[in-house]
Amino acid sequence: MLDAFSVVAIVAGLVFFLAGTVGLLRFPDAYTRLHALTKADNLGVALVVIGLLPQMDGLLAALKLVLVWLLVMLSSAAVSQLIARSVRRREPCE
Amino acid sequence: MTALVALVVALLLLWLALWTVVARDAFVAVAGFVVYGLLLSLVWVRLAGIDVALTEVAIGGGLTGALLLSAVGRLRSTEVAAWSERSGAGTRAFAVLLSVGVTLVLVLCVLALPDPAPTLVPQVVQNLPATGVGNPITGVLLAFRSLDTLLEAIVLVIALIGVWSLAPDRFWGGRPGPRYSSDPDGNLAYLARVLPPIGIVIGLYLFWAGADYPGGKFQSATILAAMWMLVQMAGLADAPRIDNRWVRVGIVVGPLVFVAVGLLGLWTAGAFLGYPEAFAKPLILTIEVALLPTLVLVLALLMNGPPSRGGAK
Repeated sequence: MLDAFSVVAIVAGLVFFLAGTVGLLRFPDAYTRLHALTKADNLGVALVVIGLLPQMDGLLAALKLVLVWLLVMLSSAAVSQLIARSVRRREPCE
Repeated sequence: MTALVALVVALLLLWLALWTVVARDAFVAVAGFVVYGLLLSLVWVRLAGIDVALTEVAIGGGLTGALLLSAVGRLRSTEVAAWSERSGAGTRAFAVLLSVGVTLVLVLCVLALPDPAPTLVPQVVQNLPATGVGNPITGVLLAFRSLDTLLEAIVLVIALIGVWSLAPDRFWGGRPGPRYSSDPDGNLAYLARVLPPIGIVIGLYLFWAGADYPGGKFQSATILAAMWMLVQMAGLADAPRIDNRWVRVGIVVGPLVFVAVGLLGLWTAGAFLGYPEAFAKPLILTIEVALLPTLVLVLALLMNGPPSRGGAK
């Protein structure tokens, strides 16, 4: 039961990664690419972490996994803002 | 299934290596190199070399990538001129011959390796308990092959002196790099306030865990140096003056303690860098603790580059 849950969650996460990658490759400009990448990234990592949680032995290992997820969210959110700002500085919006 | 994954990763690695060499644009080449480092660390994980994977990700992908990116930034102005240069046919033919020759020699060497490979693993496993550390990598780095680690630390210090020596006379003793400034309420400053406490804990954890589990001073020092760089780039703290006495003490303390422990071994264990059996673990810990500030300072200051403002007081 738990294994099935893990598989479903991780596959769902991978779908988000795939969608994000397609968006990164196909979208026309930096902002939409960032949009595709960050949404997919956060949801993808979140779903993979949720899927892996039942597989971890011990609460501590599970907490480490959650910490990894939080750190990825924090850094990807901040970095995407920084990239968007530097793009905007280079080519001001009309 | 796993064999298929391994094959795909290996092919991707080869393709990325080629991409990095062939790319005309320096920035693109560096991007390829960073991805190459990340992928290579996956290979190390698969080969069960977690220590190597951590080092590859931290130093190979992260730190070297950042160093190369700052080099790309400095080379921007000359890059277009470099593109228009075409080397002569003779030079190109020579380059092709040379690289094909080196590749052939490497292939021959790999094919000539004895099978099964000669290994020192049994000796390491047998003698590891005598050192008191549980992680065989740390045992090799700081007990069985500690001379290599000592020389590595010294090479890093010399590299930093090399970078500093690029400073013009008028900036000698000053601060390296530009004075970064950013919106104090912006998200870079926010990140630089939130992340370092977590990063420092994780860095010290990696350092402490390195005695018995994958981890160690190099990986830990890279994370700590990265946190320091983040704080600097957000404009929350300035780079240190390179004539600051404490900075200089921190830079040399690691190699000096290492050499001192080595000389002590000459006296107590009969060999340079020998540890008396009962004190192996405390001595190894002393060296590790002394090397940490050296590595953090050297890695961060290498990133900062030569002093470029505010010379002699």
